[in-house]
Amino acid sequence: MLTILIDGIAYGMLLFVMASGLAVTLGLMNFVNLAHGAFAMIGGYVTALTMNRMGLPFLATLPLAFLVPALVGMLAERTLYARMYRRSHLEQVLFSIALVFMAMAAADWLLGSSQMLITLPGWLQGRFEIAGIAIGRYRAFLILVCAALVIGLQLLLSRTRFGARLRAAVDDQRAARGLGINVGGIFALTFATGSGLAGLGGALGIEIMGLDPTFPLKILVYVLIVVTIGGTATLTGPFLAALIIGTADVAGKYYIPELGAFLIYLLMIVLLILRPQGLIAPAR
Amino acid sequence: MTDTFLSATPPAPIRQRAARDLTRRARWKPAEILFWLCAAASFFLLPDQHLLLSEIVILGLFALSLDLIIGYAGVVTLGHGAFFGLGAYVAGLTSIHLTAEPLTGLALAALAAAALGLATGPLLLLRASDLTRLMVTLGVAMLLYEAANKASWLTGGADGLQGVMIDPLLGRFEFDLFGTTAYGYCLIVTFVLTLIARRIVTSPYGLSLRAIRDNALRARSMGIPVGPRLLAIYAFSALIAGIAGALLTQTTMFVSLDVLAFHRSADVLLVLVLGGVGYLYGGLIGAVAFKLLQDWFSALTPQYWMFWMGLVLLVVVLIGRDRIQTLPRTLMRRLHAEGRA
Repeated sequence: MLTILIDGIAYGMLLFVMASGLAVTLGLMNFVNLAHGAFAMIGGYVTALTMNRMGLPFLATLPLAFLVPALVGMLAERTLYARMYRRSHLEQVLFSIALVFMAMAAADWLLGSSQMLITLPGWLQGRFEIAGIAIGRYRAFLILVCAALVIGLQLLLSRTRFGARLRAAVDDQRAARGLGINVGGIFALTFATGSGLAGLGGALGIEIMGLDPTFPLKILVYVLIVVTIGGTATLTGPFLAALIIGTADVAGKYYIPELGAFLIYLLMIVLLILRPQGLIAPAR
Repeated sequence: MTDTFLSATPPAPIRQRAARDLTRRARWKPAEILFWLCAAASFFLLPDQHLLLSEIVILGLFALSLDLIIGYAGVVTLGHGAFFGLGAYVAGLTSIHLTAEPLTGLALAALAAAALGLATGPLLLLRASDLTRLMVTLGVAMLLYEAANKASWLTGGADGLQGVMIDPLLGRFEFDLFGTTAYGYCLIVTFVLTLIARRIVTSPYGLSLRAIRDNALRARSMGIPVGPRLLAIYAFSALIAGIAGALLTQTTMFVSLDVLAFHRSADVLLVLVLGGVGYLYGGLIGAVAFKLLQDWFSALTPQYWMFWMGLVLLVVVLIGRDRIQTLPRTLMRRLHAEGRA
């Protein structure tokens, strides 16, 4: 029972790390970026390839899994996304779906359509027991890493100069520009961070969710559910939503496997009927 | 401010002008007539392409149904495939358990899809953002997919529905291997439904939908009942999508889970955007473009056609529909201007 809860929390944390970038682009920059999963996929492939082909240890690949998608994200933001900020949501959806298609086909072409596997280092395999509860080592590792990321992210947004500038740029772009804030640069950096986090999530998630070229589409639905249920006004909302969805998914698969993904969608619809603006609605 | 402004019926001159405007909008344009002549000609001139053409028409009809709610009512959805899939399954089940007569199956599929549209429509009226709407519609579609997957005693699950047999159309025209009957059937059904949809969007009701799309708040304060109107067009759009699904079942005599998959809903959005949103023919033209591109790309690179499809879409979105559509007109104007100079 508690083991399942912990598995669920680990899974939820992972979802949050992947979704946080989307929550930022969507909530702060008001951009519907369905291609978010593509960045997660890049991160996953970076880890898988550097481990399997170059023999780097797992932990050493994680910074790379953050940096590469972040760089790609910044490049894409400056060249492509920046043109789409003022367009309608429908156009943004299509634009990013097009990117997803291209990313999936490109991954298939470059790396083949088979599942990528990695071998975790020994100290992350197996389980340990605390007070009679079996906890997977990797799950515990996930929870720790993701919790650190969550706290770091929250501090970055609320306590640093960068966070203050970002919030100013989002609240009123023109006024922020008038105060001498480089709005374009801030957005590019934010987008890069979000993409990097997605990549890190993708890398951490290989063990749990697998990795193949259809990954962007698979993860997209989960990430979107998290962000929609959580609401995009705060990061707390998506965080709560990620924990709920993660736990519900793991528990559902364990207790009532015949329901399958049914449970998640049902939960989402019910939550959205109850709180159409998300768990934590924007203050107006 | 005179009394006439406040009374329910506007004065005669205004009514006359409104009526004249409406008739002008409803008038057939030469391009439309040409479009249907081309469609009819394709039936006779391309006899060995009937299978592909049927697919195009079905996709076009599906995209047209989406256009009604996206282009005219401004409601974005990612789950329109739910209605398509439901129509496909109902038509298949009807042929197995009830009657193999095609038109009955078509009618039942339409009714089922419309009922689902009515039932799920209120979810769209929640005080919600575009994103919530996208996700709720997607959720409904995925629920239906899971349900069809699990209820394998009814739907055949992942193996698909086997044993769909369709009687000759009107007791006369056998569905043949080359898809000739199928294409004629799809073409006629699509033509009739386009006529109905055309009548609806050029009616005062259609105009009120556009008012809602452009500014729901203002429309409401003008006294347009926003909720019921959106619900009605959503159900109608679902009905057409259901018919498109039923046509697919009846012409291919097979239903698989694929009809409910996410990519159906995504593809049809792409089709619509390729063709252009909000003028009724966008879906049909987009379907032609989409299928031809898909055919061409998959002939070039069988495995990676998605990449090129994505690239085309990317370019279309980046350049912007409006600019592509007005390109001929701007060129014409420039030519005229030069001619005069």
